[in-house]
Amino acid sequence: MTQPIWILPALPFVGFLVLALAGRYLPKKGIAATGIGAIALSFLYALYLGTAFLSDPAHRMEFTLWEWIRIDSFVPSLSLSIDSLTYIFILVITGVGGLIHWYSAEYMAEEEGYARFFAYMNLFVGFMLTLVMASNLLVLYLGWEGVGLCSYLLIGFFYRDPANNYAARKAFIVTRIGDTALLIGLLLLIREFGTLDIQTISNNATSVLGANTALATAVALLLLGGAVGKSAQLPLQVWLPDAMAGPSPVSALIHAATMVTAGVYLVARTHALFILSPLAMQTVAIIGALTLLIAAISALFQYDIKRVLAYSTISQIGYMFLALGVGAWSAAIFHFVIHAFFKALLFLAAGAVILALHHEQNMFKMGGLYKKLPTIFWTFLIGSLSLAALPFISGGFFSKDSIIWYALASTNGNILLWTLATVGAFITSLYTFRMIFITFFGTEKTHVHYIPGKTMTIPLIVLAILTTFGGYIELPHNIAHVQLFSEFLSASLPAVSIKSTLPPEGILQLVVAILSLAGIGLAYQLYYKTEPTYKTSPVRQFFLQGWNFDKLYDTLFVRPFVWVSKTNASDAIDEVFDYVGLQLKKLGNTLAMSINGQINWYLASMVIGFIILIVFMIW
Amino acid sequence: MIPYEIQILVAAFLFAIGLIGLLTRRNLIFMLMSVEIMMNAGAFAFVASGARWTQADGQVMFLFVLTVAAAEVAVALALLILMHKHFKTVDTNQLNSLKN
Amino acid sequence: MQKNTYMDILFIVSSIVAVIASAMAITRRNAVHALLFLIVSLMGVSMMMYTIGAPYAAILEIIVYAGAIMMLFVFTVMMLNLSVSPEDEKRKTGFKTWIFPLILGAVLLSIMAISFLRDPSWEGLHQVILPKHVGRLMFSHYLLPVELAGVLLLAAIVGAYYLGRTRKRNLHRYLQNQEDSYDTL
Repeated sequence: MTQPIWILPALPFVGFLVLALAGRYLPKKGIAATGIGAIALSFLYALYLGTAFLSDPAHRMEFTLWEWIRIDSFVPSLSLSIDSLTYIFILVITGVGGLIHWYSAEYMAEEEGYARFFAYMNLFVGFMLTLVMASNLLVLYLGWEGVGLCSYLLIGFFYRDPANNYAARKAFIVTRIGDTALLIGLLLLIREFGTLDIQTISNNATSVLGANTALATAVALLLLGGAVGKSAQLPLQVWLPDAMAGPSPVSALIHAATMVTAGVYLVARTHALFILSPLAMQTVAIIGALTLLIAAISALFQYDIKRVLAYSTISQIGYMFLALGVGAWSAAIFHFVIHAFFKALLFLAAGAVILALHHEQNMFKMGGLYKKLPTIFWTFLIGSLSLAALPFISGGFFSKDSIIWYALASTNGNILLWTLATVGAFITSLYTFRMIFITFFGTEKTHVHYIPGKTMTIPLIVLAILTTFGGYIELPHNIAHVQLFSEFLSASLPAVSIKSTLPPEGILQLVVAILSLAGIGLAYQLYYKTEPTYKTSPVRQFFLQGWNFDKLYDTLFVRPFVWVSKTNASDAIDEVFDYVGLQLKKLGNTLAMSINGQINWYLASMVIGFIILIVFMIW
Repeated sequence: MIPYEIQILVAAFLFAIGLIGLLTRRNLIFMLMSVEIMMNAGAFAFVASGARWTQADGQVMFLFVLTVAAAEVAVALALLILMHKHFKTVDTNQLNSLKN
Repeated sequence: MQKNTYMDILFIVSSIVAVIASAMAITRRNAVHALLFLIVSLMGVSMMMYTIGAPYAAILEIIVYAGAIMMLFVFTVMMLNLSVSPEDEKRKTGFKTWIFPLILGAVLLSIMAISFLRDPSWEGLHQVILPKHVGRLMFSHYLLPVELAGVLLLAAIVGAYYLGRTRKRNLHRYLQNQEDSYDTL
């Protein structure tokens, strides 16, 4: 029997409709209840569906709603499906999403547009679920565009400040570039396969596109373009730091846990196409590796706490892309899950700090908070331990460690990727604890206005628990044989192939562990022992601005475009057409002069016409 | 017997003179007179044509032309009187309200 | 000289008279002078028609055209005092204005006199078309157009009457003295 799995995205959409249409008439508690309830019900339903998956990971649920378009032989339908990969994502989206909704009930209580916020958040969750549950790439693209829209709406949530609107536009336009690449890729797929059904494409990929052909590489690279845009990787990573203009729950849900991982999901979903082209895989890995390093270094120089976390997100997703690029599919998804936990936790905790200090976001104006906000401090610390991948006590260790290992051990991996990932881990640990020491220790520069209540702290605690213990479902080989996660995904994603001769895993793990601890140590030296002050210099400025990618794009693209628009302000092409019209008007005016009301003139014209007529008749 | 073509030529001459007068003069009376000259010329052409083939049809046509000329003159002069009442002049240059 | 050459000469002379008179008619400044020249022209054309063997048309031309239609013109000009345009009032009317019409009229008269006095016969012409023939044709073949012509004249009468009538405007007594400034159409 087919389960009505469409209920999963339908519930948030219903929540959106209720809040959008009737939001202004509901009391605050009602709004929060509707918003949280829609997601919570989806989560519970997902848990119920999960019973079928636990017994049989290869289980697959499908549901076709209706035939969407019919063009010749291309007949995509609105169909949803759940396999193990999708199921993981559904749990994260609804679970972490539900916790974030719960948190927002208190966080957004003082802001205007309470109902609008929850409406947009529900809409977002609905679209994200559509994206991951899509059975064909067209429905996926529908969800893709939908989450892009919600991201725009939510970044610009405080629309009265034009800077927020600018950030929202920037996010939308930059992701649009990626979306266009994705669309071209989809069109190529339609041309080659005649369908966008993922199963069909995966099964026939080798036969239709051929292994290692230019076409396969092109398709894979185009899909990668879309993923890069949505997941804020090189070269389209410029929008994510500015997207921090939105409220903290938005940053947590959209720009940490879910939407930015849509690119990861896309690559994982269409792994069959990527496998065909080693060049594309290499590109994915290199992009991941470079991004993680560049973003990590940029995070080291930020002073806004949310921007640190934003660059951190870019960096961590770089790790996921690196894993995808070397063929460690389930490792990437594992890191996604753990990252969702700790990054959402960090963002929510940072939001709590910001709210407590009355919207102060500059870390260098904070300090000494560990006494005043103990719960938040401890949860933040647990999240940071995961981020820095401290050995054994954090879930982040297991996921990041496996990625770094596979960067070397996979048949597509090499020592360079491993080195970049390891250096990235060191820097990650450094900037994470820099953030902690500056924010929570030292002298108190801004006083605490407001202690966050239970509605905000309980989700933090839940996420902290998940972060710590979530890693234990997948342990590296040399420690124990717990492969729950990859076994669960083995039905949807191929296993990673490993080189035959390898350096011992244990030694490399030790290197990574030592480096993370060294990062903490260095941060302690620099930022705990001495009072942290913010210094600027041209070098620091360069890294602060994210390696000046914004300036680069401004000079390369924005300025020429603006210049062209300005010079063409009177629109040359328009003028050509206007000229024609003008000449015709002049002609008309000239002819109109013959209507001068003088009878003699009319008579003369008649005579002339008559003469012409006679001449024609005679000849 | 005067050749038929000469007769028509004379009629044409008269018509042309009437036409010139119509185009040249501004005074409405003169324009009406010129029109009369033209109609007279046309009527004579009819008569000449009828006489050419010794048929009475030409003169019957002449009668009709005469009738039309009479009717037209009656109405035209009534209009002229109106114009004189309204504009105090019969200069057709005053009748230019149709100007764009 | 054959008899029919009289008709030819008559035709030539009358045609010249008609043309010159028409030319004079359109070039005068005084409307009445022009009208008189026009009457002379009509008489010349009438003569032309007589010489080619259409006496009925010739008579009709004199009676209706020169006699009735031109009278309408003359009456209108006289009534509205249009004969003299403002700039002409200063010009004197002397003998000079009389010469030319006299010459023309004399020529016409003499030609007519000579032709009638020289016993003109209808022989040598093709054939004269008698009024009898015209009448026969009019009331058999062209009966309908004749009736229509009558209707046309009726329409002209009605139209001319309607356009020419004066309407009495009933103005409020306070506006009575404004009546003169309005032109009732």
